[in-house]
Formats: sequence, structure tokens, C-alpha cells
Amino acid sequence: MSKEPYTEHEYDVIVIGAGGAGLRAAIEAARQGARTAVITKSLLGKAHTVMAEGGCAASLGNADDRDSWKVHFHDTMKGSKYLADWRMAEIHAKEAPDRVRELEQWGAVFDRTPTHVINQRNFGGHTFPRLAHVGDSTGLEIIRTLQERGIHEGIDMFTEHTVRHLLKEGERVTGCVAYGRVKGDFHAFSAKSVVLATGGITRCWTVCSGSWEYTGDGHALALWAGAELRDMEFVQFHPTGMVWPPSVRGILVTEGVRGEGGRLYNSEQQRFMFDYVPAMFRGDHADTIQESDQWVAEVVSGRQATVRRPPELLTRDVVAKAINAEVKAGRGSPHGGAFLDISHRGKDAILHKLPSMYHQFKELAGVDISEEMMEVGPTAHYVMGGVRVDPQTQETTVPGLFACGEVASGLHGANRLGGNSLSDLIVFGKRAGEHAAKRAKNLAPPPIDEAQVQAAIAEMVEPLERGEGENPGRIYDEMRDMMQAKVGIIRTKHELEEAVDDLRAFKARAQACFPGTDRRYNSGWHQALDLINMADVSMAATLAALTREESRGGHTRDDFPTPDDDHWGQHLNIVWMEEGELKIRQERLEPIRGDLVAVLDEVKAMIKARAEEQGGAR
Amino acid sequence: MSLKGRKQAFRVTRGVGDAAEMEEYEIELDEGMVVLDCVHRIQHEQQPDLAVRWNCKAGKCGSCSAEINGRPRLMCMTRMSDVVAETPAGTPIEIRPMKAFPHVKDLVTDVSWNYEVAQRIAPVKGPEAPNWEFNQAEAHRVQHFRECIECFLCVNTCHVLRDHARFDAFAGPRNLVRLAQYEMHPLDEEDRLPEIKNEFGVEYCNITRCCTEVCPAGIRITDDAIIPLKERVVDRYYDPLQRIWRAITGRKVRM
Repeated sequence: MSKEPYTEHEYDVIVIGAGGAGLRAAIEAARQGARTAVITKSLLGKAHTVMAEGGCAASLGNADDRDSWKVHFHDTMKGSKYLADWRMAEIHAKEAPDRVRELEQWGAVFDRTPTHVINQRNFGGHTFPRLAHVGDSTGLEIIRTLQERGIHEGIDMFTEHTVRHLLKEGERVTGCVAYGRVKGDFHAFSAKSVVLATGGITRCWTVCSGSWEYTGDGHALALWAGAELRDMEFVQFHPTGMVWPPSVRGILVTEGVRGEGGRLYNSEQQRFMFDYVPAMFRGDHADTIQESDQWVAEVVSGRQATVRRPPELLTRDVVAKAINAEVKAGRGSPHGGAFLDISHRGKDAILHKLPSMYHQFKELAGVDISEEMMEVGPTAHYVMGGVRVDPQTQETTVPGLFACGEVASGLHGANRLGGNSLSDLIVFGKRAGEHAAKRAKNLAPPPIDEAQVQAAIAEMVEPLERGEGENPGRIYDEMRDMMQAKVGIIRTKHELEEAVDDLRAFKARAQACFPGTDRRYNSGWHQALDLINMADVSMAATLAALTREESRGGHTRDDFPTPDDDHWGQHLNIVWMEEGELKIRQERLEPIRGDLVAVLDEVKAMIKARAEEQGGAR
Repeated sequence: MSLKGRKQAFRVTRGVGDAAEMEEYEIELDEGMVVLDCVHRIQHEQQPDLAVRWNCKAGKCGSCSAEINGRPRLMCMTRMSDVVAETPAGTPIEIRPMKAFPHVKDLVTDVSWNYEVAQRIAPVKGPEAPNWEFNQAEAHRVQHFRECIECFLCVNTCHVLRDHARFDAFAGPRNLVRLAQYEMHPLDEEDRLPEIKNEFGVEYCNITRCCTEVCPAGIRITDDAIIPLKERVVDRYYDPLQRIWRAITGRKVRM
């Protein structure tokens, strides 16, 4: 094995990823006095967080003073189908408001209420208007705010560098190895703590709303380093992605459209969501179009709702499956989706509240949403599953390795509520940074093990030296098509078993592909390396989906169409890797702490009383 | 017009710096494609090591800026139907990297200068206490600037930079928008005018509005950001009445 040159670096805390969670973690670590670096695959401010649209959930109580952390905690647990880690849900609900206010002090300019404070909008599954937002580009606002704050905190930024390997010493993580995308050079980092903030995995599906970065890098790094993943079967298919034209299929249409009063229709002009209210939510959603319209009229004029919300604002898993069922029943739109209509709000309101949706449809589909209906359908949007972390510290099961944001897991259980992702990033990003820095305080800089570094580099260089092989782009396209077909929104045992075999074959092909020999900004080389994580992470999702023989939240089995509360309502899937093979086991959920059970009961009683008052509950 | 099945030729920049050449590719088009789809198709079918920077493919991240048939645009938001219509029959569609920045390879340029300028801009400085209060009209003015996706097409088009390369003296449209966003923030207390005038060189802009024309976020860069900044600079430095007023009242400002 010939030796490759590499550059050594030494830090207290390394954060991998520069989205909302990574930047928030880095800011916190730096503020705790840790010498901190961020390593990101992209340029600063380009991470997938920019694509978050609707808002950031926090019970500020600005738009409705009946809101509180307790209601937010309840909504998150209920939305998760009670699989969320209740400690994380508690911390998240309690700390989100302070994190949002802090963003404002760092320059974020959220939309205002008539009383001049941060406005909040309604979203699926949130009992009260709770999402701090900026039109429909809240993610851009948050990442830009953190970026503009972060560059003044003394953090070193390694942009367009990809981490391929975590260094270990015994059980603990001691740094990482990365390649520079621009030059194709190599870097070894010594770090006392490493924070994964790499986002999600949704690029593993053809129809997805994720940016190219969403290739499961952090999920894979964690698996390879011996950490555990949980909930990998739970993938959120957002109900409203664009469906036409084909090249834009999957691009997100914000839930904010429905929060602002958007109506879903099938090809027979029926508001079909009225027929899909699950038992769990019956009684607290409107029964009639009239009641729905009244609710919209009230909330868009800034008043407190006196009637119940439209069924379009049910949780994402419910709406996605409803659209899927309508299409299957032959009542879909011309290109296999449903119709979403916001034109009744008028052009001015649409341009103010949903400007990027207006432009997105105008420019990419030639549709004027202030006059015409949109065609929308489910798109792979978010993975609830991820690296298992301690709810307080965000440390993984491997010492020295932390995770936050989408790559971590626990907060969202079987289904994430819209708006709970941006708040997740800032609440647990901060905590990860804080605890990573704390851990670093008591440690000496770990030495860099040259043998590990050279082995990692050899693995990276290998595709360039194959001389011949398939174009990695072809494998990428075909693997995503397979995941879309066999591990999609509706799953069966037979197809999942096929997917397991297919993924093995795809990984073998990926290990033999040839992206050319150029090291300098070679997109095919980067893709050839990404394919390996995508195959491993897809396998984790497939194995977990195969094991969970029930339907719940973001996981639907055609052969087990109902929830199994007795067993699967009490158990989690844990996935890890041993000698290159994925393993899976089940773990029983810990019962919810007594005082939090009381909180849940209190909120349930409040919601029931409110629904009765608003003329409904049976 | 459906483009499905149409064979389309492209000429794409290949190589590094002065050694770069235009290479020709032909692919088959599909319905509703954007230019970035075509570049991906070239990568996946013919040229895996073709360098292109992109992230979201939804017009939100500003990574895939390029010059398509000589016009600076986002590849992900430029529909093939429009490009085919504007290209003379039988001529290949030309895709080049942004011209104003140092070339890295193929369609990728080095845009780090923009980040270096941003680093020199002081962050927002407002009240210590949380729950800031300002109204929607005040918010809206600044929000408009914050829609910037940092594609740097404006910088690429600005002739102070593109033709005269005054990267040393002028902050460029993107960062003037950032300065405007802070300067007009309802609660920002930082005095930014001396830097806007001296270090960031707002006076270099001669209002040709080329930046505004290419902005994919629709920000009226010249009229809403740069001109108001110029006016504020003029008020402080050049307005005789203001100078007399300051002399009478004894009010001091940083120059």
C-alpha cells in the first residue's frame, strides 16, 4: 500500500455538517471555550436546512396564549404515536421558545403579530398556532442567521470537505478523516469530541425533497464506528411534493399551504380528507367544509379559532396515506397525485405568505397557484430514525461521538410533526455542542493513528484506481428507483425481502464502479463513495421495516395494515453493525415518567373540552 | 412544446483555468427538464467526473450558478423549453462557469471571496433583552434582503468586479444587500456608514442594475439596497445642511 500525503489538524470539538444543527452545535461549543471546527460537504449556508419552509415550532404563545410547553409536549408525543423518547420531547418543548428568541437576537427577522412580536402559524398536529416563520422560507432564515452568527465565533470552517471515517482509540472516537472535494486532498483531524450533524437519508429514494447531501453520511459513519441506530423504519413521506413535470417530482410544497387554508381535492372535486380522520384524532377536526372555512377565516385574520381545524391539517403520515389511497382508487390527478388549492386566498395573501411556492410553481411547472390548483403527491422528506443518543447530552452509544438534528433520533418516534425539525436543530444542536465541549475540557488531545488514516485514505482512493467499471451515476439512479419501488410509502414482506437482496447486489456494483481517475472536483468519485453509505443506510431502513410487522406513523405494511399496540407500540428497533454486517434487535420502551403522564392527561382533557366547546366531540 | 425524445447538443466547459476547453455532448431530453437535469444526465451517462456544484435543485440554495448561452442563471431554475426556444436551431446550448470568479474545474468556480467579505461585516447588535418588538412593515423591508440565496450571480454580473476586478475596494452587490439588511434592521444599533463608504466602497456602484436583472430571488438590489445606502452615505458625508446642523447641535458621528 503506497502512502498518501495528508494534513493533520487538532481541535477540541469537530462538528460534521453545517446545517442548522451543526452550526448551532459549533456556536455553542465555541462559546464554551472549545477550539471548534466545522467540516461540511458544501459551501456555508447551502445545507438542506435552506429547504425547510413552513416554520419552527415553539410554544411562544404569541399567536394563541393558551399554548404552553405542555401542549407542545403532548402534540409531539401524540404525533410520534407515542414512540418518541419522552425525555427528548420534554426538553424540546421546554427549550424551543428560548432558542427561537435567541435567533431573533442573532438577526433572524420572523414575521410579526399585530402586537409586534414573533408571529406563529398553524401546522398539522399542532393544537395551537406554533410555528415561528418567515413567509415560506423559514429554513433559509435560520441557516443564514446561524451562519452570520457562526462566522464571528472563531470557528474554523472546512467547506467542501467530506468525512469518510471516524478515528477510534479503543471504544472512543478520537477524530476523523476527510477528503477535500475541490483538490482531492486528504485531512486527518484529532478531536476530543465529534458531533455528527449530517442530516438525513432521503436521497436514497427517487422521489424525495432532499438535497444531494442527503446520502446518510452520518448514519453510516455512526454504524461503521459501532454506534446504534433506532427507528430506521420510520421515513416521513411528506404528503405534498410536486408531481409534475417529472424532473421536479418530489420538490417540497410546504405544509404552510395547508396551514394558510389550502384544500385538498381528488379528481371528483371532493375534499377527501374528511373521510380519512383516524380514530385518534376524531372529534378534534372539522366535520364540514363550512366549519373548515370558518376556521381558516378566523386564523388568517389573526383571531383565535372558535371552531375545529380542517382535516387537511392532520399529521403528515395520515395525509400522505390518504393521497396515496385516493390515487390507488382511481381518483388521482392527471399525473398521479391530488389537487391542492390555495387560490381562494387571493394573489396578495399568497405572494406575502407563500412567495416561494408561487415562484416555484410558476417557474418550474408553469402553474399560477393564485389561479390554478397544484398537483401534489407524497415525497420522501425526513427520516425519523437515526443515531441513538442520550436525551440530555446527545452523546451516542460510542464515547466521544455526539449526534444532533436529523441524523440523531428519538424526538420524533414514528412520525415527526411539521415544524418540529427546525426546533429540534436548535434545541439539540445547542445541547450537543455544549456537552461535546464539556467532555473535551477534561481530555488531552488524542494522537492521530497513522495506520487508521492510511487505511481510510486507501479506501477513498481505490475507486479511482479501478481502471474500468460502471458509471456510478447509473447505480445511483437504479438503487434509488429500487428503494422507491420496494421500500416506499406502502411496504410488504415480499418486496422488503427482495430489497435486502437487491441492496447487497447494488453495494457490490458500487464497489466495482469507475468514476475516472481525476481527484480534482470529481463528482463521480464523490458519488461512488456516497453509494457505499447509501447502500448501508438503505439496508438499515429495509431491515427495520421488514421486522416491524405493523403499520404506524411513517411505516405502513400492506400485509400488517393496523397498529399492534401490545407489542410494537411498546418496542423499538435498534440496528448496529458487526464485522460489516447489520444486526437488529428490539428494545422495550421505558414507561413515561409519572408527572409527564399527568401532563398528557391534563392536555388531553383540555383538548377534549375545547373540541366540545367548538361544537364537536362525540 | 414537448421536448421528450428530442436529441439536444450541449457545449460545456471542461478542464481547469486557461487549459479549459468546450466539450460537446448530446443527450436525449425528457418532459419538463431544467438545465441541471441535463448536466446530471451527461454525468450519469457519459462523463462521471464532470464537475458541477449543486445542492437543492429547487432554487433555494444558490449553488448551481452558471452562464447558459452567455446569460448568468441558476441551472436548476432554467427550463429547457425556454433555453431550446432561445437557442438558434442546430446550435448547441452553451454552459460555462461564472466568469468573474477564479476557475476551479469545469462548471465550478471559487466563490470564497464573497465569504471573506462577509466575515468583515459586523453582526447585528440589538437589545440584550429577548422578545424584540417591531412591526410587520419594518420586518418586511429587511426580509426582502434576507431572501438572498447567495448564488453570487449578482457579483458575477457586476462590471465593477467582472470587468474591472475591484475585489479589493468594493464589497459587491451580495454583501451590500447584507449591509442593507443590517443597516435597515429596525433594532440594529451598529453604526455602519463609515465602513459602507470606505471599506465596502458603495460609491463604486454606478447603478446599471445588472445585478438586479439576474437576481433569481427577485431582490431589487440596486433600488432597495444600494441606492438607500448611497443616500445615507451622502447624507452623512456630503450634505451641507446636515454638516451645519451637526456643527450647531454638537452632535458627533463617526466619519
